[in-house]
Amino acid sequence: MHIPDGFLDLPTATGAAVLAAGGVAVALRETRRRLEPRQVPLMALTATFVFVAQMLNFPVAAGTSGHLIGAALAAALVGPAAAVLVLTTVVVVQCLVFADGGLLALGANLLNMALLAPVAAWAAGLPLRRTLPGLAGRLAGATFGGWVAVVLAAAACAGELALAGAAPWRTVAPAMIGVHLLIGAGEGVITALVLAAIARARPELVTAAGAGSARRFLRTGVLVALALALFAAPFASSLPDGLEAVAERLGFAALEQPAALPAPAPDYALPGLASPLAATAAAGVLGALGMLGVALLLGRALARPREAGSA
Amino acid sequence: MRPDFLDRHARLASPIHRLPTAVKAGAALLLLIALALVPPRQPWLFALVALLLVAVAGASRIPPRFLLGRLLLLEPLALGVAALAFLQPGGWRHFLLLVGRSTLALGVVLLLSQTTPFAALLRLLRRLRLPALLVTLLALMYRYLFVLADEAERLQRARASRTFSRRRGRDWRAIAAVAGRLFGRASERSERIYGAMCARGWRP
Repeated sequence: MHIPDGFLDLPTATGAAVLAAGGVAVALRETRRRLEPRQVPLMALTATFVFVAQMLNFPVAAGTSGHLIGAALAAALVGPAAAVLVLTTVVVVQCLVFADGGLLALGANLLNMALLAPVAAWAAGLPLRRTLPGLAGRLAGATFGGWVAVVLAAAACAGELALAGAAPWRTVAPAMIGVHLLIGAGEGVITALVLAAIARARPELVTAAGAGSARRFLRTGVLVALALALFAAPFASSLPDGLEAVAERLGFAALEQPAALPAPAPDYALPGLASPLAATAAAGVLGALGMLGVALLLGRALARPREAGSA
Repeated sequence: MRPDFLDRHARLASPIHRLPTAVKAGAALLLLIALALVPPRQPWLFALVALLLVAVAGASRIPPRFLLGRLLLLEPLALGVAALAFLQPGGWRHFLLLVGRSTLALGVVLLLSQTTPFAALLRLLRRLRLPALLVTLLALMYRYLFVLADEAERLQRARASRTFSRRRGRDWRAIAAVAGRLFGRASERSERIYGAMCARGWRP
């Protein structure tokens, strides 16, 4: 999901960078307010842990494998504000040291993976943590949160690519979101398994950290989301379609041929469920319901104490 | 794992390496902005940037095979995103444009990170008033990345030697247990690091 350099135009890259900087600043202020000095190396090592855990392969089928992304896990371990800083560290190191994810696109990547993902994971898990008591609720919340974080980050990534004119929204959104509905399910399950393993080995690490401190942060998060919408809206209206912009720039707007599929939603006037966008939205809703069920079952099952010797 | 796997050549002696970090980072950023602004109808501008990159790479005395290897390692990611261009008519031209642009940008960042030690970049970020907490987190992460990667390798080897069967290697719970243990060790190490930091007079 790392956007490389060369795909975002300057307005999109700059806008995303400004939003990301604002979000990270809020997270810094929130974290400093209640930071104990000993938590500084713990946050750094949590970032390192997320990075290394991303290298563990979970085999899926036919030679493919998935891996942890870690936003929901970080949020569950250290709380949302600190998780933003943890993932910021991860994404910046990936960019500056590994050249994974562009330097100009760093703002967009931070926005998707270091801000939206952990905050959304934390917020989406909130109702589950309220309804199910104890560890089961935390595991269920982390499962659902992991799914939401991945899907939302993918949607934001698609949105940025569309804004920048790299690909039209009505094709890039179903492609990105569709794939990440599945990847997110894997992320949710892996997050719950890892969190349960931590709780089994070091229970104090799961109960002590990441408990509270989010209401103010969430409120700021809503403000950031509003800012995002405001920032995106003018683009959506003035640049109805990235393809059209690109076509004009390339000078073949006049040659435009009818697409293989008749565009079901010309100029964003969505008619019903016929379009891939609407189908994606429907799949998203169904996926969310399914994931809620999985989260509740998994949370209950993993929170049950295992008999001695089976681990 | 070799601790210098990432920026093995960042400490070579060459005219490029000796340039001040701010100059290199600024130049890289300007180049990236220029790449984003190049109009698609002037592909020769891309060739110009490519020539410049080759010249810098030559002057930096980094083995070209190493740079090419790194580029190829990261290229699939760019190709994957660029493949989105095929979702629209006229995809080929758009695809080539995106691939060319992102490959050159990749070269820029790669050369920057291979001719500048990470510590120098961090010093620059601190001079640019990046909050001290973030700089500390970045420095600590860079320092302990390979320590923890080695730890993960040891944990996996230990698990593999205890659970000798094909089935177990595919067991998500077993892999998750390794990750869980890894976090336990990471948090223990952070306690020791904190002690060491305090002993050296560190204050948040």
